Amino acid sequence: MLSLEPPGWGGNLLRGLMNSLQIAVGGYALGLLIGVFTACGKLYGGIITKDILGCYTTIVRAVPELVLILLLYYAGTDVINQLMFWLGKDPVNINGLAAGIFVIGVVQGAYSGEVIRGAVLAIPQGQLEAARAYGFTGWQVLRRITLPAMLPYAIPGLANLWLIATKDTALLAVVGFSELTLETRQAAGATRHYMLFYCAAGVLYLLVTLISNHVIGRIERWSRRGFYQV
Amino acid sequence: MNDLSSENALSGNPGASSPVSAGLLSRAAASGFALHRIVMAAVAIAILVICALQMRWDWLPEYHDIIFEGLWRTVWLLIASVVIGFLLALPLGLVQVTGPAILASPAKAFCNVIRGTPLLLQLWLLYYGLGSVFPAIPEIRDSWLWPYLRQAWPYALLSLTISFAAYEAEVMRGAFAGVPKGELEAAKAYGFTPWQIFRRIWMPRAIHRALPTLGGEVVLQLKATPLVATITVIDVYGAFTRVRQDAFLTYEPLLLLAFIYMLMAGALVVLFRYLERRIPVK
Repeated sequence: MLSLEPPGWGGNLLRGLMNSLQIAVGGYALGLLIGVFTACGKLYGGIITKDILGCYTTIVRAVPELVLILLLYYAGTDVINQLMFWLGKDPVNINGLAAGIFVIGVVQGAYSGEVIRGAVLAIPQGQLEAARAYGFTGWQVLRRITLPAMLPYAIPGLANLWLIATKDTALLAVVGFSELTLETRQAAGATRHYMLFYCAAGVLYLLVTLISNHVIGRIERWSRRGFYQV
Repeated sequence: MNDLSSENALSGNPGASSPVSAGLLSRAAASGFALHRIVMAAVAIAILVICALQMRWDWLPEYHDIIFEGLWRTVWLLIASVVIGFLLALPLGLVQVTGPAILASPAKAFCNVIRGTPLLLQLWLLYYGLGSVFPAIPEIRDSWLWPYLRQAWPYALLSLTISFAAYEAEVMRGAFAGVPKGELEAAKAYGFTPWQIFRRIWMPRAIHRALPTLGGEVVLQLKATPLVATITVIDVYGAFTRVRQDAFLTYEPLLLLAFIYMLMAGALVVLFRYLERRIPVK
């Protein structure tokens, strides 16, 4: 049943896993990018920027991911097709992968923004003041001091977010993107071996989590080098 | 209709004079008077009014009943899974702190497996997996449980409860471990039995410490409930999905649904803030 060749469904599950991982990695990276900008805006922006970003993080964290995925999926497709219409081009079919990465990225951005904001606030002020006293520009302070110095504080939260991102990809099954959970459902439905396939998919997700935990442990030790060991 | 449109005209005003208000912003901020907040609130009201007037809401009266039924089902699932899940989490967290290895390691494994797999997968595993195994066992078919096991909601409640228990066990493990040893030793010195220590000192102190985290977790649990719609339980999300399919509308039901979830999340946040304030702090 689980063999990789066509009579078995193992190949389909692995393809689904690859799709899930692609979305998780892409969405997580996009989320980090959005998160860094959100955190900067919330910390250093003007009052209007702060309030708008506050609305973004509050709304995304209060509405279920499933609803957000549907909203962003349809709204995003509509907006792009409207743009295409104005530019006088034919409507395009949105690639499921891109849509998934976009949706997960927007959701993750709100959470990672909060994590990074907290981590930046945890940096001892003296380090930033010292950098400014040495004549670093704002960009240099961000790249050389703020981002590296906040890492040890941010990594536990960001690691949690990565695990959430891998599990959130399962929600894209609802909009019909063939990631691991949907592939599993199709395999189970076709062969009527529900228990076998769902357990196999569970093991795959668990493997991803366990390997991630191992890697995260190493990254955390690396980022804390120079700190005293607890 | 009439007063709504006049409100629309009013709220259009601050938007039109936004350059002027932008000039006032710095002075307003200096005097502590949040003018930009008023402008933003006006913009938000304007957007709401435009939504109310421009979009189609004529389907609301027709689906009013099913939406309230779904809302009730969501609330009920949330409360039941949170209460039962928390009661399960207490022993699961406790044995990981003090229990013998024979109890601690299964509890830890349970937490890791549940927290390492998506809830959607667990839900489908229980509903489709167990749902396909149960009918083959005659003892279950003949038992009094069968009428319940043929419905979808027991599986929904079970998987939501298990998932909440696993996440909360992790929270409670940290909270139990964080209670200062001296307090427990003092209780022991006063001759409390182990059960009294747990009930009077250890558990209340741990819950106090975990309360802010628990509030966040309950909001996360609320956001997990719409998944049950995928196994044919008509919660509020399921009700709106039916509206979307029947009325061929894309945005209106989704926007209203998002608004309802925001209200519920806000209510939970207020509730937990109230609970936190009731804890005496020095």
